[in-house]
Amino acid sequence: MAQVRLSGIGKTYPDGTSAVKGLDLDIADGEFLVLVGPSGCGKTTALRMVAGLEEISSGTLTIGDRVVNRTPARDRDVAMVFQSYALYPHLSVRDNIAFGLQLRKLPKRAIKERVEEAAETLGLTEHLDRRPRNLSGGQRQRVAMGRAIVRQPQAFLMDEPLSNLDAKLRVQMRAEISRIQRDLGVTTVYVTHDQVEAMTLGDRVAVLKKGVLQQVAPPQELYNHPANLFVAGFIGSPAMNLLQGRLDADGPGARLELGGQALAVPARLLAERPRLREYLGRDIAVGIRPEDMDDADLDGADGGAVLSSTTDLVEALGPELLVHFQVPAPPVVTEDTKELARDAGADNVDAAAPYSDVIARFSPRSQARSGRPVRVRVDTGRLYFFDPATGDGIWDEPASATQQKEGTHA
Amino acid sequence: MSAQVEPTGPAEPAERSQEGRAEPAAHEGAPRRSAAARLVARTGSGLVQVLLILIALFWMVPTLGLLFSSLRSPQDNAASGWWTVLTEPTQLTLQNYANLLDNPDFVASFGNTVLITVPSTLIIVVVASLAAYAFAWLEFPGRDWLFLGVVGLLVVPIQVALVPISSLYGGTPLYGSILAVVLFHVGFGLPFGIFLLRNFFAAIPRDLLEAARMDGGKELTIFRRVILPLGGPAIASLGIFQFLWVWNDLLVALVFASEASQPMTVALQSQMRQFGANIDVIASGAFLSMVVPLLVFFAFQRYFVQGVMAGAVK
Repeated sequence: MAQVRLSGIGKTYPDGTSAVKGLDLDIADGEFLVLVGPSGCGKTTALRMVAGLEEISSGTLTIGDRVVNRTPARDRDVAMVFQSYALYPHLSVRDNIAFGLQLRKLPKRAIKERVEEAAETLGLTEHLDRRPRNLSGGQRQRVAMGRAIVRQPQAFLMDEPLSNLDAKLRVQMRAEISRIQRDLGVTTVYVTHDQVEAMTLGDRVAVLKKGVLQQVAPPQELYNHPANLFVAGFIGSPAMNLLQGRLDADGPGARLELGGQALAVPARLLAERPRLREYLGRDIAVGIRPEDMDDADLDGADGGAVLSSTTDLVEALGPELLVHFQVPAPPVVTEDTKELARDAGADNVDAAAPYSDVIARFSPRSQARSGRPVRVRVDTGRLYFFDPATGDGIWDEPASATQQKEGTHA
Repeated sequence: MSAQVEPTGPAEPAERSQEGRAEPAAHEGAPRRSAAARLVARTGSGLVQVLLILIALFWMVPTLGLLFSSLRSPQDNAASGWWTVLTEPTQLTLQNYANLLDNPDFVASFGNTVLITVPSTLIIVVVASLAAYAFAWLEFPGRDWLFLGVVGLLVVPIQVALVPISSLYGGTPLYGSILAVVLFHVGFGLPFGIFLLRNFFAAIPRDLLEAARMDGGKELTIFRRVILPLGGPAIASLGIFQFLWVWNDLLVALVFASEASQPMTVALQSQMRQFGANIDVIASGAFLSMVVPLLVFFAFQRYFVQGVMAGAVK
């Protein structure tokens, strides 16, 4: 067990494309760090560089107190769980788990002990003599885990280990991975594109976009204080609604204009985020989380924080209703939101569109129906603001800036 | 490979976004492939099986003729066709085989065939699998050009090399020796072997090798403990091909082997007369030389059908 430190890690391929740029990450001993981002963002490349399967083009990688840039994978003393599990098909479960120990020439008895202990932990004891092909997906995944934990490595590296499992099993294995990691206290780097996995598993979550680290922070911090539009739009499901608005002074507070409608921004929010004053009288990018909206007809609503529209679609999910409607304010179009749209599989966002599609999460008590007028109450104390040009989050102090470029040596 | 059908839920929105393009492909297909599919399905049914058995039997007629000829005396063979044995089984005798085994020249030529075939096959299998691993999985400068060169060698016909290599051997004591024949076979067998195995090894999932690397394997360990077991079927089929080819070779041995080192094929060929008087020697000798390759084939045949890769990934 050791800390893993990436400083200025970069990967440039011979054809000049660079997959990872200047990645700085300090992963503490025993920490569970999740690398998350859309496909092609370089998260797997970063992990493979830590593993030693990919050459490091620039920067320094330290595991424990050794610089391991030039150390081959087999001598780095880290274990990896592959997305495909990569079990040796010609070996029994027992030999699959023992493989790494056999290559390290451990005494037979010690191998047997450790394999059986790992199998016990993972509930594989009765499958030890079967071949991988005779196992279910979940069992194969466990074997892959077993192969990693039996080696008692300095760090675990996991490359989307749950993506081949069906939804139910994924939830179960997620909890199991979390439990095992906490029991063993092994430093873990975990790559996923699934933000639910990222949020539930990580002590800290690092969000990558196109090879560049956007923000690294504990999950709740990431949700509450996204450093920029990209992180804001990536974390949360359904995603945060991002609209172009205009902020004007209004007594002690402010007025947020969204395509002809106005929301009152409480003075408390301006006091908490003094930098917002710089944007008074200017255009601004606004983020509203679906969960910060509700049906205004349910409780006596106060006038200042209600948007009126007509529902396009109401999806009843049981514990909540997802209400789709349009707001006559253009969507935010920056590099970040384009990248988010690409990840969601949508066509390019249209900057000229006069309307934005908005999704709200209503309480199941709401009577909202598709195609009917709707009044949406917005929790204006929880609005998110971003610079429309740079896409950076507008928070209290430059604190968010330090977060963004991870300098924690704490 | 396990053929699991996975639910394709998330694919839907993607389809919707490119409606126009995706559509035409979906309609055709189903009736189109049914003709061939039906034929394939019918190979299991009775009529086709009877037909297949008949063809197989027909294919075996020359072999059976050879077998029966080898079991009849020279006088009988001269007097009547081999099929008469079916009505007069008393003709059968093992005398030809007994004579053959008493003939020291023939026994020596059988030994020569073994001495030529076994080393040629072994060397090719060992060298080709090592080289194929390097071509498939090791990074070194010029790798792809070198492999292209190997592929290029595949098209060189063996006859082109007979004269140059003869003159090459001419200056050395190699000429006429068993080693000369072995070296020639190795040289001409390697490109095919490397080509075959490299493509097979390259199809092994990269994750498996990387897992082995993470597990602490050095290249040779990975080769021995992951690649060799997984490449078993390909290596076995290469071994069989190579064995059969060298065992049955006449041309190379005819050119390079001396009297003392000549294999069975050459020895049998020298028994040929214009008026087929030596049928007893030729039939029994040829049949003996056929038995060994058949045994080899049946011994390794299971590797052809075994799907070793199932369950490797996913």
